[in-house]
Amino acid sequence: MKFDKPATTNPIDQMKVVGQPIHRIDGELKTTGRAMYAYEWNDAKQAYAYGYPVGAAIAKGRIRSMDVSAAKKAPGVLAVVTTLDVGQREKGKFNTAKLFGGDEVQHYHQAIAVVVAETFEQARAAADLVKVDYAEEKGVYDLKEAMKSAVKPDEKQEPDSGLGNFDGAFAAASVSIDETYTTPDQSHAMMEPHASIAAWNGDELTVWSSSQMIDWWRSDLATTLGVDKEKIHLMSPFIGGGFGGKLFLRADAVLAAFAARETKRPVKVALPRPFIMNNTTHRPATIQRIRIGADRDGKITAIGHESWSGDQPGGQLETAVNQTRLLYAGANRMTAMRLATLNLPEGNAMRAPGEAPGLMALEIAIDEMAEKLGMDPVQFRIVNDTQVDPEKPERPYSHRDLMGCLKTGADRFGWSGRGRPGARRDGNWLIGMGVAAAFRNNMVLPSGARVRLGSDGVVTVETDMTDIGTGSYTIIAQTAAEMMGLGVDKVAVLLGDSRFPVSAGSGGQFGANSSTSGVYAACVKLREAVAQKLGFNSQDVVFEDGKVRSGNRSVPLAEAAGPEGLVGEDTMEWGDLDKTHQQSTFGAHFVEVGVDVATGESRIRRMLAVCAAGRILNPITARSQVIGAMTMGAGGALSEELAVDTRRGFFVNHDLAGYEVPVHADIPHQEVIFMDETDPMSSPMKAKGVGELGLCGVSAAIANAIFNATGIRVRHYPVTLDKLIGGLPDVA
Amino acid sequence: MRAFTYERAASVEAAAKAVASNTEAKFIAGGTNLLDLMKLQVETPTHLVDVNGLGLDEIQSTPEGGLRIGALVRNTDLAANQVVRRDYGLLARALLAGASGQLRNKATTAGNLLQRTRCPYFYDTNQPCNKRQPGSGCSAIGGISRQLAVVGASDACIATHPGDMAIAMRALDAVVETVKPDGSRNAIPIANFHRLPGDEPQFDTVLERGEFITSVVLPAPIGGKHIYRKVRDRASYAFALVSVGAVIQPDGTGRVAVGGIAPRPWRVEAAEALLPKGARATAAALLADARPTEQNRYKVDLVERTIGAVITEARG
Repeated sequence: MKFDKPATTNPIDQMKVVGQPIHRIDGELKTTGRAMYAYEWNDAKQAYAYGYPVGAAIAKGRIRSMDVSAAKKAPGVLAVVTTLDVGQREKGKFNTAKLFGGDEVQHYHQAIAVVVAETFEQARAAADLVKVDYAEEKGVYDLKEAMKSAVKPDEKQEPDSGLGNFDGAFAAASVSIDETYTTPDQSHAMMEPHASIAAWNGDELTVWSSSQMIDWWRSDLATTLGVDKEKIHLMSPFIGGGFGGKLFLRADAVLAAFAARETKRPVKVALPRPFIMNNTTHRPATIQRIRIGADRDGKITAIGHESWSGDQPGGQLETAVNQTRLLYAGANRMTAMRLATLNLPEGNAMRAPGEAPGLMALEIAIDEMAEKLGMDPVQFRIVNDTQVDPEKPERPYSHRDLMGCLKTGADRFGWSGRGRPGARRDGNWLIGMGVAAAFRNNMVLPSGARVRLGSDGVVTVETDMTDIGTGSYTIIAQTAAEMMGLGVDKVAVLLGDSRFPVSAGSGGQFGANSSTSGVYAACVKLREAVAQKLGFNSQDVVFEDGKVRSGNRSVPLAEAAGPEGLVGEDTMEWGDLDKTHQQSTFGAHFVEVGVDVATGESRIRRMLAVCAAGRILNPITARSQVIGAMTMGAGGALSEELAVDTRRGFFVNHDLAGYEVPVHADIPHQEVIFMDETDPMSSPMKAKGVGELGLCGVSAAIANAIFNATGIRVRHYPVTLDKLIGGLPDVA
Repeated sequence: MRAFTYERAASVEAAAKAVASNTEAKFIAGGTNLLDLMKLQVETPTHLVDVNGLGLDEIQSTPEGGLRIGALVRNTDLAANQVVRRDYGLLARALLAGASGQLRNKATTAGNLLQRTRCPYFYDTNQPCNKRQPGSGCSAIGGISRQLAVVGASDACIATHPGDMAIAMRALDAVVETVKPDGSRNAIPIANFHRLPGDEPQFDTVLERGEFITSVVLPAPIGGKHIYRKVRDRASYAFALVSVGAVIQPDGTGRVAVGGIAPRPWRVEAAEALLPKGARATAAALLADARPTEQNRYKVDLVERTIGAVITEARG
């Protein structure tokens, strides 16, 4: 099915199941420990061996030689496979740095060997016995230094944009700011580390892994191993968090595959926690300069946003200016992104790539402008709303209700109680409120599904879509149930298996809308098959209460299925509605913080997000997505930073004691409101994504609240107490 | 983790002898720090002497009016003890500011005193670290040092003692009681228990090999207001950037020990004599010899401001 015209009325609009607050259908499996994660697959008939990775001890250079003799002799060791043994491999399409193979070391903790033993403990002990002789080379690890030699990447990455005369308008503006902001490198730090089991049967490989994107992994694993993609069976039915860190094939799967081939045993490999920060990808740091000019009424006349980020050679931009191209009106505009070469680990997508760090900067800048204009920051945003793409005014938004989010949020949060900076106090706490807009585009990807109607009346959905904790199982069940006139108890959902139709996968908040649209398309086919089998005119058929009805004939679905059952399969493909119309999701974040007047510790008191993201497919799972994202934004605002040792070229705080994500005590109260809306341009589901929207802008709202509490403007994340302490009132 | 042999000690004396006779041996009690370090190959004992079966898990009054805390009293139990809560509130508060409920259930009194630094370079065996590998150099100097020591450090090591409990113990003038491998008994004032790194940062304490902590004795209660203020980036489950343990008397005199800034609980008796004059004078004397790095200079201000907050709280 191709979605190339705005959706009209369809079965989803009934909202008997879709849109209902249904608890996640896989919840019981998870709370009882029966959901099988990648490392946990255990077949009693299989003699699993355990692989433990060895990571490079240097950031850049070559491996002269490796001595694995001691490791090979260690108790229980079955094999040691080194990067020199496997030699140069073709790199996967989605990887920037190689995962394994060859003598070059491109970053710290890059995988250089896997030690395989009868037990995990034996493998780990032996891994420490691998001796490596490196020829270390000088690398570049400091973005601030490297930005001087940053270059404009190829046009495919769309580094520049503009409209009108930015320089002239900025110079002529009555009120203006010109500030530089920085965001640090951040780690996905998901609960479940990357883990895989690989088992060969002849030339066929079965892999259980923790992957957000089954088909991308399968293709890139085939490339890296040099085997036919069709020979690889990849499964990833449950995933303990990804946040983008599992979008692309990682070393655990590659090491497991090589180790299993060498030992002729199924091999389990999990990346140890200290590997997550330096072996895998991270969100790259940015340096951002923002210039905004406005007239005295607060109308933006000039807006400019430049961003510098770094990556491995051949890498990509962190697209931190993208939202600035779209979010606010203004006749004169410029954006530019430049890319520096760094020899730190690979920078890549992390939840709301581009928008998250971009809004961390932009939404402080907007707050600064409002302050300078003497305007309420909510009002300043309202004054600069746009209903068209401001760089291409002929492109309207499909649906945009940022104003509704801001107004609803201000009302519900008690925004009018916000005082002047430094004016509110509660005992030892300086109290402040902050606001920021949330903005994230609605991407769609082709997504396929197969639905089977069994003779028992149960509909089984098969798609390689993944559920990374988001609720995919549940919203897919709801979609199929709605389409087929069933309750979710009559729908079985099977996900994350390369034998199933290729889906959008989980990423970029495209998963929910795209994958349910694929299920919609498959269900349309199944409905036609049912109607055809019964000789019904498919136009007037009603699927309701487990029956299919046409005129005065009504047949139970189970009966319609017949002993053989019926199958519908299709892939949702997309026309150009996202070209003719700007499709995005919107929100407003409101935060109240307390800052300890003596120590400068910032603690969140309450948070509210109001989201306008099309139809909300399930308010429970959507809310979980948003509050999780708000929590991530709290970490980004207050504590999360991969500390770069610019001499030795690695992230020093590579564990969860050193890389501080929020704990429960940091998040006392969160509320989420969804605007009641649909977007017929987005899909037949009329839904968009929320999983990344919830993160966009949160950190800036917190930083703005800290400014309101203290009068201190911090432009360098995270906003830790050392950046506040010099400006706090005297307490001695 | 290296393979190791394991025995359960039958007596304090046997435990001390077992570790004294094997340079690769270590005691294990709660294991909340040691096991993590073994998994990372930071600690590589080849023999563990499990002391969990030795009793030593009681809290008893002493004839002097103080309290004797068994080495194996778990942090959770110590923090919940009625006498501790009544007479040594500083200790209970410090304990509850540390780690998590699960860890405190396992962690012991003696083990807590012996926890090792959280310097990130100590934790990464690819990096030079004089504490982990004597003579290899200190990566933290000139590196990432935001968390690390501003005072008491040396050119060989700028690691901090990471604990909370020991800060309270220091302010309360605790005494660490031990049995040496030869069976003799020893009593070490907490002030002397943790070493400054000097040229030998590999030694965190003055304990001899095999010397076994049996108990920690608190002198008779001293009254006053007991305050433990731990400053950190997140609200819980984080090591202190700075912590202040204080006992402040109604006349404004008192004691103050500071955590997060030095290789050992940092208390300077001459500095605390200045408490009635306020935080500025006290902090200046406490940190007279401070040598902060660019990244941890904020701690100098933070110590003063936190002591100020503690004095204000004591008055209130």
